[in-house]
Amino acid sequence: MKTNVGQFRFWAIGLASVWLTLFVFFPNLLVIFTSFLTRDPQATVSLPINADSYIRTLDFLYLKVLWDSLRMSLLAMIVCLFIGYPFAMAIVSLPKRWQPVILFLVILPFWTNSLVRTYAIQFILGNQGIINKSLIGLGLIDKPLQLLYTQFAVILGLCYILLPFMVLPLYSALEKLDVRLHHAARDLGAGPLSRFWHITVPLTSPGIVAGCLMVLLPAMGMFYISDLLGGAKNLLLGNVIKTQFLHTRDWPFGSAFSVILIVLLGFMLWLYFRASRFVSKQGGLNGSDF
Amino acid sequence: MNEPRALLNLNNLSKTYGSNRVLDNFDLTIFDGEFFTLLGPSGCGKTTVLRMIAGLEDTDTGNIQLDGQDIGQVPAEKRPINTVFQSYALFPHMTVFDNVAFGLRMSGVAKEEIAPRVAEALEMVRLGDFAQRKPSQLSGGQQQRVAIARAVVNRPKLLLLDESLSALDYKLRQQMQIELKRLQRKLGITFVYVTHDQEEALSMSDRVVVMNKGKVQQLGTPREIYEQPANLFVAKFIGEINQLAGEIVEIDGNHEYEVKVEGLKWRLHAEHNFKVGDKVNVLLRPEDVRVEYIDDPHPDQYLVGTVIERNYKGKTLDSLIRLPSGIEVIASEFFDEDDPSFDYSLNQKVAIKWVPGWEVVLPHED
Repeated sequence: MKTNVGQFRFWAIGLASVWLTLFVFFPNLLVIFTSFLTRDPQATVSLPINADSYIRTLDFLYLKVLWDSLRMSLLAMIVCLFIGYPFAMAIVSLPKRWQPVILFLVILPFWTNSLVRTYAIQFILGNQGIINKSLIGLGLIDKPLQLLYTQFAVILGLCYILLPFMVLPLYSALEKLDVRLHHAARDLGAGPLSRFWHITVPLTSPGIVAGCLMVLLPAMGMFYISDLLGGAKNLLLGNVIKTQFLHTRDWPFGSAFSVILIVLLGFMLWLYFRASRFVSKQGGLNGSDF
Repeated sequence: MNEPRALLNLNNLSKTYGSNRVLDNFDLTIFDGEFFTLLGPSGCGKTTVLRMIAGLEDTDTGNIQLDGQDIGQVPAEKRPINTVFQSYALFPHMTVFDNVAFGLRMSGVAKEEIAPRVAEALEMVRLGDFAQRKPSQLSGGQQQRVAIARAVVNRPKLLLLDESLSALDYKLRQQMQIELKRLQRKLGITFVYVTHDQEEALSMSDRVVVMNKGKVQQLGTPREIYEQPANLFVAKFIGEINQLAGEIVEIDGNHEYEVKVEGLKWRLHAEHNFKVGDKVNVLLRPEDVRVEYIDDPHPDQYLVGTVIERNYKGKTLDSLIRLPSGIEVIASEFFDEDDPSFDYSLNQKVAIKWVPGWEVVLPHED
């Protein structure tokens, strides 16, 4: 029995390690390596090793793309949080037997390819889309509103695709929250708002941070959203990387952007672990003034 | 002692969950400054009563008055009542200090007043040095004391304790019983304690209400409840008791009766009014039963029984004695230091009697 468990562990951990080494570690090493190579029209990349690609990313144009995509992703994250939190709270307040049903409905859109769903948004927002046609039909506007190919459309698309990633960790955090703590807080004179701020929010903060990261990190790279909904002006970092690899065929430059994105996301993850350690050790609202 | 002042009145409280009537026209008055206990088996409605007082449970009918004011519509957070929960329900993300300060902050107590009051409350439960710990770094007994400090620091008019000691081990529970009692005397706050542990109820309370199936069975001092149980349920729930069937054969007036028990006639006192021929139960606490060697001279009448079991309990010797009718009687006797031969052997015939007047005579119940 014991050796069986030992063997299972050996194979499970072994398989995962091999998988991660082959398909995550080495490809990333390759990307990092490529980012220091030189572009070559014949062989795609060639020596010598240099940091030219990184220096080129410091161009104002690209810094603006970085800043724009960070801002749009952050906005999408905030919108998802403000929609997702009440939504997750509403699910938790439902009778136990309904909760899995609603969660299933939250996950259901994943069964359709997100690219297809993004095209659907295009149809809804377009000049000949449902919204504009209805508004014109109702006589509220004369000519179609420019909804598609705006920042608004990109953020809407990001929120739509990524909302489940916010809801699920929030749900699991809220679901674990002990209702008896709320009773205790009520008993000690805390009204609904105080209970939310001093009990619910701090105790679900790991879920909040996890949900925010699960939205923010992928959002930075979701090039097809901005391709289909944002037009040429509203680029995400993912678009720049895609263009360098597929159109400009400048692999070192694209790799350099990938490395920057990885470092950026790694930094946020590091912040998250710092924050969650802080929460579990300090309780978030330690100190005598809330 | 002044005339006790009613602090809390529960009038006609009822509660039904589905088809389960947990509380049935429940009335109760709790006096200012007393240690009051709701005692009963699990599911008797005692915790429901507590949660209704706290405001965490709605009432179907009836009203709750605190200091003569109806608080039925006052939400839990606005009632001058605090609870020590069975699970303690300490906030895991806050330090001990912040847990205790929570109620004060919520009620807007001035900042410079909070720290000394929290320190005082923690000192009172002897946790002064633990203010910066997290609840998870404390033992069960310490968490319990934080929960008490967190409640009393608000100086509530009423402190509710929901089976608050049940999670502690025996030794610690005994110690906390004494501490709670001491704390209650010191603070002068009215304590309402809920428990299913009769020993705990008797040792701590000024008054006890025994509940069963959502109804009051008996209300009185621990002594009244132990010595004068109002019915068979109370008699059996509070400690061990021997039950002998009897019949009234003569009325001697003034609650004195001739009762036939186990074929012999006894002159017994009863609080109830009986007619000749009424079936009764004669109840005897094990420690009120006297067992004697049968060959000793006996001036009074006695029952004869056979010792079928003897249990050495340290402080006492508990003997199980079977009467000719088949009824088994438990006798619990303290050791007599002057009598080295004090002991019985199995199957030994012994004489059983009791001090007249220590029995309780109740009507027969089906």
